[in-house]
Amino acid sequence: MPEWWTYSLTDFLLFSPRTYYRLIERHNLAIWPAQLVTLALGVAIAALLRRPARGRSRAIAGMVALLWAWVGGIFVAGRYATINWTASYFAGLFAAEVLLLGWLGVAKAGLRFGWRRDAAGLLGAVLFTGSVALYPLLAPVLGRGWTQSEVFGIAPDPTVLGTLGLLLMADGTPRSRWALLAPPMVWCLVSGTTLWAMGSPEKWILLPAAVVAPTIFAVTRDSGIRP
Amino acid sequence: MSHERPSRRAAIRTLAAGAAGMLLRPYATLAQAPFGAAPTPLARAIPSTGEKLPVVGLGTWITFNVGDDPVLRDEATAVMKAFFEAGGRVMDSSPMYGSSQEVVGYGLARLGRKADVFSADKVWIGSGDDGPTQIEESRSHWGIRRFDLLQIHNLLAWEEHLPRLLDMKAGGRLRYVGITTSEGRRHEEIEEILATRPIDFVQVTYNVLDREVEERILPLAREKGIAVLINRPFRQGALTREVEAHPLPPFAADIGAATWAQLLLKFIISHPAVTCVIPATTKPAHAAENVAAATAPLPDEAMRRRIVQYVERL
Repeated sequence: MPEWWTYSLTDFLLFSPRTYYRLIERHNLAIWPAQLVTLALGVAIAALLRRPARGRSRAIAGMVALLWAWVGGIFVAGRYATINWTASYFAGLFAAEVLLLGWLGVAKAGLRFGWRRDAAGLLGAVLFTGSVALYPLLAPVLGRGWTQSEVFGIAPDPTVLGTLGLLLMADGTPRSRWALLAPPMVWCLVSGTTLWAMGSPEKWILLPAAVVAPTIFAVTRDSGIRP
Repeated sequence: MSHERPSRRAAIRTLAAGAAGMLLRPYATLAQAPFGAAPTPLARAIPSTGEKLPVVGLGTWITFNVGDDPVLRDEATAVMKAFFEAGGRVMDSSPMYGSSQEVVGYGLARLGRKADVFSADKVWIGSGDDGPTQIEESRSHWGIRRFDLLQIHNLLAWEEHLPRLLDMKAGGRLRYVGITTSEGRRHEEIEEILATRPIDFVQVTYNVLDREVEERILPLAREKGIAVLINRPFRQGALTREVEAHPLPPFAADIGAATWAQLLLKFIISHPAVTCVIPATTKPAHAAENVAAATAPLPDEAMRRRIVQYVERL
């Protein structure tokens, strides 16, 4: 891109905030009551985290992979792509995470999820529980109404943040954990800059998460959670 | 692109003052129009053919990219309806603008205005070989027989696209060929193309604060007989949002500008090299007001300097 330094974030914004949040709203209305199912999955994952075990961790990885497939296929590629032509590329990011979770988390059972008492575990717990329990409240609190709520397992941002949290709470080989962390980090950066260009307050969650999560992840050692 | 307006009373007062000012200025005449109808907008000729275009058009960047949302599609159609009823004709879009082309096509079909629109679109793809396919997709989205104007968006692969577009024009599958840039990028290349290639249109950014094109590009376009489309007249809404915090200058009434948007548009179209400015909006009333800026009197050189000084001081 010639003279790239002359571009600002708003130059890359293809749609208005109203169009974006109406897209979320129309999606919510179209798939209702699937939100209840994905929120129940979030609660189920929290329950499974109570006792780290091979089978439970496999189940968590499988459920999260399922949610990424659903969000990437139905929302990102199916709906978001109608106003953002780059979304079809980012759907590939979701597909990559599905494959990684399926292979490393389910087939190889190489991840152990559990509540951990170090910095990574605390941040992970905050991100995960916040994504499931608090993120849907942001839309009504910010004046957009319940119908525009972004729900874990339905909208990409809370799904990705929740996954980032779970990965911070997981043990596994460094290579596999970094591989799994990469797609959520990229999405946080991309969506965070989009929210920044739209002037949405949620940018203050996505962008810091993209920086802080991998930093904490890098400086925190394996907690030793084992089945 | 939305912009707040002064109160209706203030707008009427300003319009009345403008009308009074015009009575005192015999050289300043509105285009003739039947009582009660919108005045016919000022038109300028495309230098290469002499065909006249209303000097205010309608852009679609962001505002028309609403996907398949039926409510927002109908709102965009309402903007187009107000635009056409006010006498506008030039609509500009691009394959880069998401679903904007499809929404334009939806609106044209709903309004039955395919014959009225001057269709300006772009080719925006890195390979010249892929250009024809993209152009055909764009044409299909608009639902028209052929484009009036195709421009090479931001000069992307322009050496490959230009001969193909000129071939389309020679074959009667296209009426005009152009190039675009925005926000001052690649101006040296733009100048070279203007000077050496047989194009009909150039699209650049120009507004009361971004006036770099006044130095070389606008004079060169005029000298070479190339029509000029102007994008980002309101800096994507940021300029109107900023100036509307301040009162409209009293001299706005002298040129019949009832709102800041009209003053900013009148500044642009008063440049003799400008053929058409393409502001975007999501509000039908703003589309009509924008077209209404295409009426005499336009600012003379002294007034243009006053507008610049006033806005720069804000």
